Amino acid sequence: MAEIRNYTMNFGPQHPAAHGVLRLVLEMDGETVVRADPHVGLLHRGTEKLAESKPWNQSIGYMDRLDYMSMMCNEHAYVRAIERLLGVEAPIRAQYIRTLFDEVTRILNHLLWLGSNALDLGAMTMFLYCFREREELMDAYEAVSGARMHACYYRPGGVYRDLPERMPQYKESRWTKGADLKRRNEWRQGTMLDFFDAFCDDFVQRIDEYETLLTDNRIWKQRTVHIGVVSPEQALRMGMSGPMLRGSGIAWDLRKKQPYAAYDQVEFDIPVGVNGDCYDRYVCRVEELRQSTRIIKQCVKWLREHPGEVMLRNFKVAPPSRVEMKQDMEALIHHFKLFTEGYCVPPGEVYCAVEAPKGEFGAYLVSDGANKPFRVKLRAPGFAHLSAMDEIVRGHMLPDVVAVIGTLDIVFGEIDR
Amino acid sequence: MGAITHYFKSLMLKELLVGLSLTGRYFFRPKYTLRYPEEKAPKSNRFRGLHALRRYPNGEERCIACKLCEAVCPALAITIDSEQRADGTRRTTRYEIDLFKCIFCGFCEESCPVDSIVETDISEYHFETRGENVVGKQQLLAIGDRFEKQIAAARALDAPYR
Repeated sequence: MAEIRNYTMNFGPQHPAAHGVLRLVLEMDGETVVRADPHVGLLHRGTEKLAESKPWNQSIGYMDRLDYMSMMCNEHAYVRAIERLLGVEAPIRAQYIRTLFDEVTRILNHLLWLGSNALDLGAMTMFLYCFREREELMDAYEAVSGARMHACYYRPGGVYRDLPERMPQYKESRWTKGADLKRRNEWRQGTMLDFFDAFCDDFVQRIDEYETLLTDNRIWKQRTVHIGVVSPEQALRMGMSGPMLRGSGIAWDLRKKQPYAAYDQVEFDIPVGVNGDCYDRYVCRVEELRQSTRIIKQCVKWLREHPGEVMLRNFKVAPPSRVEMKQDMEALIHHFKLFTEGYCVPPGEVYCAVEAPKGEFGAYLVSDGANKPFRVKLRAPGFAHLSAMDEIVRGHMLPDVVAVIGTLDIVFGEIDR
Repeated sequence: MGAITHYFKSLMLKELLVGLSLTGRYFFRPKYTLRYPEEKAPKSNRFRGLHALRRYPNGEERCIACKLCEAVCPALAITIDSEQRADGTRRTTRYEIDLFKCIFCGFCEESCPVDSIVETDISEYHFETRGENVVGKQQLLAIGDRFEKQIAAARALDAPYR
C-alpha cells in the first residue's frame, strides 16, 4: 500500500498576498492546512540595537520605519516613553495635534488594510478607491511634516512645527485647468484644519461606498464569514490586541482604558465584534474608520479655538526657536548642546504603549542616565498576531490562509524590526 | 417575511448590482488620476527632498563647518572636512552626503545654525553610475545656486513655524 504523506509548501517570501516578506511553510493535506509555520526575520534591520548607539532624538526617524503603515503612532509610543522618563509633558495643543494625527494614521492604515485585503480576496476596485482617500491624507502628512510617509514629526516635548496655515494646491497643467483645477483645489482653499473638515465630511460618504461594495457582497462574505475564527479566550491567551481582540468581542482599547494624549477629551466608541471571524474584524475596522473621523472632527474643532505652543519651552529637552537661536547666545548654546550631545535622561525604565491601528504598540526603554538609551525594546502588535497564525489557520483551506494573513494586518517592518 | 425578501434580494443579485451601479457612477465622474509627469501632486513647502547648500546674497557660502549636521545625522550620511581659509574664516573643504544612507529626516536642516544645508522640494533625480550617490560640496552648492529662489521662498513661508 502506498504511503501518503503531507505535502510541504512554501508560501512566500515573494508571494504578493504575503504582505511583504512573510515566509510561511505550510504542511498541506490536499488543500487543507495541517500546520502553518511562519518564518520571520527577513526584514530585520536591528532598529532596537541601532537605537542604543544614538542620542534619544535621532531614533525617532527609525520608528517611522517600523510599522510603515502607521508611522506617527510608532513615533508616539517612543516619544511618550521618553517624555515619561524625563518627567515632562507636551503642551495641550501638541497633545491634540498628536491625537489628530494618530487618527489620521489609523485611517491611513485601515484604508491600506481594506484595499489590500480586498485585493487579496479578489475585489480589485476597493484598492483603487481606498488609495484615492489615502492620497489626500498623505498630502496632509506632507503638509505638516514634509514627508508623505516617514514623517519624523513628533518630538519629546511636543511636535516639531505647528499645523500650516495653507494647504499646498494643485497647479495648472495642460490637463487640469479651469473648473477641473478648481474642483481639485476645492478643499485646499483654507487652512489645514478646513481641509480636514472637508475631508471628514466627504469621507463618511466614502466609507458608505466601501460598505456598498463589500459588506453585503456574497463573494466577500463567502471568503470571510467563519474564516479564521478566534475565540475571546484564544485572543487573550495569544496576546492579541487592537481589532484582532475587539473582533472577538473584548472591548479593550488603550485609548479608553489608559487614555493618553487628548483621548480622554474626545468622544468616540469602541466597535466590538461577535464571532471573531474575518468578517467581524472587517466590520470592526470599517467602524473604526468612522470613529476616527469623529475624533478628527473634534480635534479640528478644538485646535481651531485654541492656538498656542506646540513645543515645550524647556531648552534642556527641546531646542529653542530659530529666531531665538540666532539672537541669543544662551539659546545658541542650548541649540548646539541639543543637536550634538542631545539630552541626558534620568536612569530608570519605562514601558509606554499606544493604541496603534494594529493593536498595542509599546516602547520599553531603559536609561542609565546617558544621552543614549541603554536598551530599547519595541512591542509590536503584529508579532503576537503572527504567532497565532498556526492556531488560526489549522484546518482551513489554502485560499483561507490569504484571508487570514490579510485579517491579521501584519506589516513586516514592525514584526522583524 | 424577512426570509422571503432576503431570498428574492439574494436571487436578484441585489448587492452585486448595487455595487456595480456604484462603479458605473464613477465611470462618468471626473477622473482622479494625475497624468504624471505632466501634472504633479501638490508639494508642501516643508517637503524634504534632495539636499542643497546655500550661499549668502553676496556669493559667500553659508556653511561654516560647525559640523552640527554631521553630528545629528542619524544615518551618518554626512562627512565634513574643514580648514581655516586665508581670510581667517573656517570653511569646509569637503562636504559629502551619501544619498543612499540618508533617511531624509530633516535633522540636518533643523540643526543648521546658518540655514546653509537645506532639504529642497526636488524629488526627481537619478544616478547613472555607482558612486554618484555621494554628492559633494560643489554639486550641493550648484543645486543651491540653481534653486535658490524657490528654496528661499519655501523657507520664508515656513519661518513663523520654526
